[in-house]
Amino acid sequence: MKVLVPVKRVIDYNVKVRVKADGSGVDLANVKMSMNPFDEIAVEEAIRLKEAGKAEEVIAVSIGVKQAQETLRTALAMGADRAILIVATDDVHTDIEPLAVAKLLKAVIDEEQPGLVLCGKQAIDNDMNATGQMLAALTGWSQATFASEVKIEGDHAIVTREVDGGLQTIKVTMPAIVSVDLRLNEPRYASLPNIMKAKKKPLEEKTPADYGVDVAPRLQVVKTTEPETRKAGVMVRDVDTLVAKLKEAGAI
Amino acid sequence: MHFGLTGEQEMIVSTVRSFVETEIQPHEAEVERLGHVPQELGDEIRRKCIALGFYACNFPEEVGGAGLSHLDFTLVERELGRGSMALVHFFGRPQNILMACEGAQREKYLLPAVRGEKLDALAMTEPDAGSDVRGMKCTAVRQGGDWVLNGTKHFISGAEHADFVTVFAATGVDETAKGPKKRLTAFLVDRGTPGFAIRPGYASVSHRGYPNSILTFDDCRLPDAQVLGVVDGGFDVMNDWLHGTRLTVAAFCVGRARRCFDLALKYAAERHQFGQPIGRFQGVGFPLADMVTEIDAADWLTLSAAWRVDEGLPSNREISSAKLYASEMLARVTDASLQIFGGMGLMDDLPMERFWRDARVERIWDGTSEIQRHIISRDLLRPLGA
Repeated sequence: MKVLVPVKRVIDYNVKVRVKADGSGVDLANVKMSMNPFDEIAVEEAIRLKEAGKAEEVIAVSIGVKQAQETLRTALAMGADRAILIVATDDVHTDIEPLAVAKLLKAVIDEEQPGLVLCGKQAIDNDMNATGQMLAALTGWSQATFASEVKIEGDHAIVTREVDGGLQTIKVTMPAIVSVDLRLNEPRYASLPNIMKAKKKPLEEKTPADYGVDVAPRLQVVKTTEPETRKAGVMVRDVDTLVAKLKEAGAI
Repeated sequence: MHFGLTGEQEMIVSTVRSFVETEIQPHEAEVERLGHVPQELGDEIRRKCIALGFYACNFPEEVGGAGLSHLDFTLVERELGRGSMALVHFFGRPQNILMACEGAQREKYLLPAVRGEKLDALAMTEPDAGSDVRGMKCTAVRQGGDWVLNGTKHFISGAEHADFVTVFAATGVDETAKGPKKRLTAFLVDRGTPGFAIRPGYASVSHRGYPNSILTFDDCRLPDAQVLGVVDGGFDVMNDWLHGTRLTVAAFCVGRARRCFDLALKYAAERHQFGQPIGRFQGVGFPLADMVTEIDAADWLTLSAAWRVDEGLPSNREISSAKLYASEMLARVTDASLQIFGGMGLMDDLPMERFWRDARVERIWDGTSEIQRHIISRDLLRPLGA
């Protein structure tokens, strides 16, 4: 079985994001970019499936700017076997929308025929949480979102999902789209030998036109704003004043 | 000219940095308090480093290392500078000098050291022989077909965990026009060899969890098989393999300075006094500007020296410049960063006071700042006949 893992190049989770002066989005110029952390978890899970003998090949795919090559090299250094880069824009500020990504992934699936797609539940840049579900709709495959445990048993995947108020375990028929949550695993570091090998692994470069997919935006960002800054607190003299203030605020 | 890192180098840096943040930094405060690294913790770091393929990455592939270039290895060392010296000791970088091992020595010392099965240490410094290496009083005398070692070494890092130690001893004296000159020989000495003892050293202001040891040799008898390199060839072995250690000190200082600076920068942006972030005051903002400028300068000086070594260009002067500047830069950066934290910077709740203390040794070990200036100035003046 082949496992397909879509990975997205996003602003590094350590970077303090800044909204562009014109409010059109977040400033991405000269900012450290990394693989979306949820996608890293998906790559790790795919490699573990391969190590456990449940998968033969792990293919990482990224859609976006050419620099997403680095993100794919990271996936290859972690242990993915090969990579596909679909260069869909040359502007780092252009985000390819979930539907376009899902259509491109559908086209890749048609070509590669994987038995499983493992993707991050969402990307930490726009937090859309949409691509996996759209892909399941387009392919007509089973879908299991927010996975905190994935077991492959024959033609089925047993997936534990993190839902409000607890865990839900479902059994889905393969092929399936599984979107992964934070607690599924702890991604490995790229080992030095794998870092050195990554460059020699195949990385195929494509364009949306190769798949006949139109990636023109259908959404319009109206405005992006910084979250409201917290107002300064009040220092109180003693516990009595604190209690009085809390009562005043109706908190107790 | 091209100043960017390759994709591989970026990944090496990112892996080592994550390793230091996840596997090293959480244990630093405890190690500092204990004054040593608990064996299990050291073993765990070593095991994880081996699994990552980074152990002994400074060694060539034909002996089982990763065959990193000097530049690549300098990047590794730079990232390790973000962690405590005591703990990153177990992110094994055996002494390059072991490459001088020949014949059976390879199986017994070099290969196990590269595999992480045996830890080594290097013993050169003596109470009466610091910068003046030739002044060493440790002697090895020929007796009944063996060598008999007598003398004392001190300030020996890593000896408390070492399975064997590379020891330098005087094996003769040459009479020259400038007076008597000692001949040195390097020996491989196993822990437990009769007459050889490893004792705890002094309590140091820097790198508290990374103790120094005192080594004593009392009629310690060694067969010829323990000679590393050739008899009386100690200086050659030293020059061939040890000149690079100055570069690792420089790289470590750069990494350490970046970590220290990152904390100071964040604090300057978040701490408010007189109704604004303290970084807005030029008294705080300008030191930050100076710091990052000096760190970048030291970084490029160090990387370019490493690049020169890889290119086979003369690099002795450049390595000394990097070691000198990076270690002195670290002293200024740790001091100015601590100042930004004010009183809190002195408290051991934060790592600033530790960085400040640790920085002091960097200007002393692996050749003092004065020795580096001597090397640099001689390199400049000797060709002019002065």
